Amino acid sequence: MTAGLNGAYGSLRRKEDARFLRGKGQFIDDIELPGMLHGAVLRSPLPHARIVYVDTTAAEAHPQVEAVLTGETLAARNLAWMPTLSQDVQAVLATDKVRFQGQEVAFVVARDRYSARDALELIVVDYEPLPPVVDASQAMAAGAPLIRDDLAGQDGNKIYDWEAGDQAATDAVFAAADVVAVQDMVYPRSHPAPLETCGTVADFDPISGRLTVWSTTQAPHAHRTLYALVAGLPEHKIRIISPDIGGGFGNKVPIYPGYLCAVVGSIVTGRPVKWVEDRSENLMSTAFARDYRMHGEIAATRDGKILGLRARVLADHGAFNATAQPTHFPAGFFHIFTGSYDLQAAHCQVTAVYTNKAPGGIAYACSFRITEAVYLIERMVDVLAAKLGRDPADLRMQNLLRPEQFPYTGPTGWEYDSGDYPRALRLALDMASYDELRREQARARERGEYLGIGLSFFTEGVGAGPKKHMDILGLGMADGADLRVHPTGKATLGISVQTQGQGHETTFAQIVAHELGLDPDDVDVVHGDTDRTPFGMGTYGSRSTPVSGAAAVVAARKVRERARIVAAAMLEAAPADLEWTGRAWQVRGDPAQARGIAEIAMAAHSALELPAGIEGHLDAAAVYDPPNLTYPFGAYICLVKVDPGTGEVQVLRFIAVDDCGVQINPMIVEGQIHGGLADGVGMALMQVLAYDEDGNCLGGSFMDYLLPTAVECPSWELGSTVTPSPHHPIGAKGVGEAATVGSPAAVVNAVIDAISPFGVRHADMPLTPANVWSAIQGQAAGPGQATR
Amino acid sequence: MQITVTVNGTAYTRDVEARLLLIHFIRDELRLTGSHWGCDTSNCGACVVWLDGRPVKSCTVLAAMADGHQVRTVEDLARGAGLDPVQEGFARCHGLQCGFCTPGMMMTARWLLDHVPDPDEATIREAISGQICRCTGYENIVRSVRWAAEHEAAARAAESGSQP
Repeated sequence: MTAGLNGAYGSLRRKEDARFLRGKGQFIDDIELPGMLHGAVLRSPLPHARIVYVDTTAAEAHPQVEAVLTGETLAARNLAWMPTLSQDVQAVLATDKVRFQGQEVAFVVARDRYSARDALELIVVDYEPLPPVVDASQAMAAGAPLIRDDLAGQDGNKIYDWEAGDQAATDAVFAAADVVAVQDMVYPRSHPAPLETCGTVADFDPISGRLTVWSTTQAPHAHRTLYALVAGLPEHKIRIISPDIGGGFGNKVPIYPGYLCAVVGSIVTGRPVKWVEDRSENLMSTAFARDYRMHGEIAATRDGKILGLRARVLADHGAFNATAQPTHFPAGFFHIFTGSYDLQAAHCQVTAVYTNKAPGGIAYACSFRITEAVYLIERMVDVLAAKLGRDPADLRMQNLLRPEQFPYTGPTGWEYDSGDYPRALRLALDMASYDELRREQARARERGEYLGIGLSFFTEGVGAGPKKHMDILGLGMADGADLRVHPTGKATLGISVQTQGQGHETTFAQIVAHELGLDPDDVDVVHGDTDRTPFGMGTYGSRSTPVSGAAAVVAARKVRERARIVAAAMLEAAPADLEWTGRAWQVRGDPAQARGIAEIAMAAHSALELPAGIEGHLDAAAVYDPPNLTYPFGAYICLVKVDPGTGEVQVLRFIAVDDCGVQINPMIVEGQIHGGLADGVGMALMQVLAYDEDGNCLGGSFMDYLLPTAVECPSWELGSTVTPSPHHPIGAKGVGEAATVGSPAAVVNAVIDAISPFGVRHADMPLTPANVWSAIQGQAAGPGQATR
Repeated sequence: MQITVTVNGTAYTRDVEARLLLIHFIRDELRLTGSHWGCDTSNCGACVVWLDGRPVKSCTVLAAMADGHQVRTVEDLARGAGLDPVQEGFARCHGLQCGFCTPGMMMTARWLLDHVPDPDEATIREAISGQICRCTGYENIVRSVRWAAEHEAAARAAESGSQP
């Protein structure tokens, strides 16, 4: 591994690969402790029912069973309910009612995993069925069954009404506009479905009172604090270890009931307890994503200048409000919904409701619901283009924010830090040979073939977030970094964020190496262990590089400044007379008088006399409170072919131009985008977590919840521009979610473009063959619906 | 019941339940945890191992069915310190992110290259189409397998060149 020309940035191979390639990763189910027991969760088959009784006698008599937990046993410890990340409560094990199919009812602890499952069959639960509320609009109807009768004062199924923007100004803009286009659309419920499901190994030591929890968590420190608050255990006696994580995508942010049951199981039995959910449990009970019904209105002049945007949203949060987002933003960052365009006024209104479905809503690389917002405006721009008879690329170019408008404060109060949007769109159009593509489309239609070209332009807001605006359950969203430089000049960086495949062990080493003139091989990154790393809020919302990466830079620069003083003492010069060369401190203009970090580190640990007040050693810590979000952006173009006879969609090309600011490791950046593009194709064409009218989950396995494979994905064509963030210490913006946010709209716009000759103006995701065929036939179908 | 399964060249005899899945036998009984379990329904392929020289999804094979047979897992790919070209390709081409699907993908890729030494992109995509990766969008997995194919072709050419 060698450093790049400009320091340590560049497409270095990943440090973490060595263990994964040899089958030596350590994922949650790979952990085996002496005397370890296995847990299994009994789940409700019904979406809404009163529990009459739970009889565990036969299960407890099973020869391999060590313990059985029910809501009643947890209630005795005041643990039957736990707080969610949205100031609601969620049942750990149901006591009164079950409120969604798959809800946790009992927990068996047995000596092996098969016996634990066997014993579930021996538990008798008498349910008194209640009518389920499956549809969000049905939840708001008069006389709808009350789901959350456990909450005092809750007399309906509404969770909140929330709005952002200026309603009066928006009304005025719409009243004066030449053209208004209107469209209803659904962003269906989907699921992040990481390939590794969620799980925990809990080990409580009754002698020391220490609880060690290995867990599939993207946020180990936040989990530790929550366990302390929920279980009443002292925080310094809790250690959360996040081992290798087999994908997260937001699914591994919350604490799930199974985790707490494993903890209680370990306390009760005095032995370690492992619980790993199966695939159906993962899909049916853990954090889903989206489920937004959106009504959009866009106002413009007749020559295409966009003036205003309105959105009304009905949000389905499931049975408990367990969405994970900064406290003051119940709809996440949905209200950054004017996207990448220069418009005068906007207003959005979000109503959230309880339904008898699994809890969640904010997950799946969504940048706290900017996914839904980007989808809304990018569909609305295409609807407007169709209404005006304009080319969608041309209409976007006309309305994009111009570089000189940055920093730009949007109509809902967010300050975009930097951007050159026309440059990114022009690059994408060039890469696609857009004009030629349009001509090819016209020729194909003459042959009776239906090609579609779809665009989307997105702006994200990531890196949550400034403490003055953002917290989760009172915890500010700052992250720490702890950098130790050893006497021989090798370094160890402790960070609070948690890779789930993003390659932090490599990129964070590159960050430190770049700042200190070291080789990335000389820097080890420690993460995923609350005993060995500083506090911070974890990895989600593309926040690792914007927040924790910045903390690492600040810590490294503190080290560098301390090194300057030590070097000055070594060189018998004044610190002010030294300059940093990128590899060493040297006496200004005299390369012979230079000291690198390794030499300085040894001196800093030696008897060298330092100026008064200067401590020895080179270690430093930092906490980074970001002054603003960062705003990555990109321009995407998708080419599809639709078979009007079957409705089958084939993605032929996908061009993605991303700007995530300064790139630390372009190879990893590219990989992040590839994965998100596959997610976008999946969501647009096949992934839906549907329920039938009786509340049965229809997406409970990978046979029903379809994910894209290598044959549904094209070979991605990537381009990039670099517009540094002006407030991030190295100008980086974050990239983990960009493609997931930006790509679904491009795919849908392409499909609608392909079938517009049939008079179709809109059809909802997922654009399965059945839904596309129905749209062409002029019928609404399935979870998707068509508008002509 | 007592079974004997040869895994990566070593014969293991164990008393197991008749219902024990091969993936659990490999992972829990033999503690070879490189092969992963991901879905229960043969859709994801995280559990792919070779059974008598062919890739199978070991979540849908009973351990008892492997009695008297040969199993090969990801732990057998590397030869000492040297990586198999497939492993080397995955490292060079960023063919893995979280690493969970990687062992299964590599076992299928190794089998493909043993039978189709110069697969084109479509052939590679078809070969891994029974397996799911949630991180890479497949692009770099395809590149990784191509890298291995080209590397092995070059090695073969060098060998035949040096031994005319």
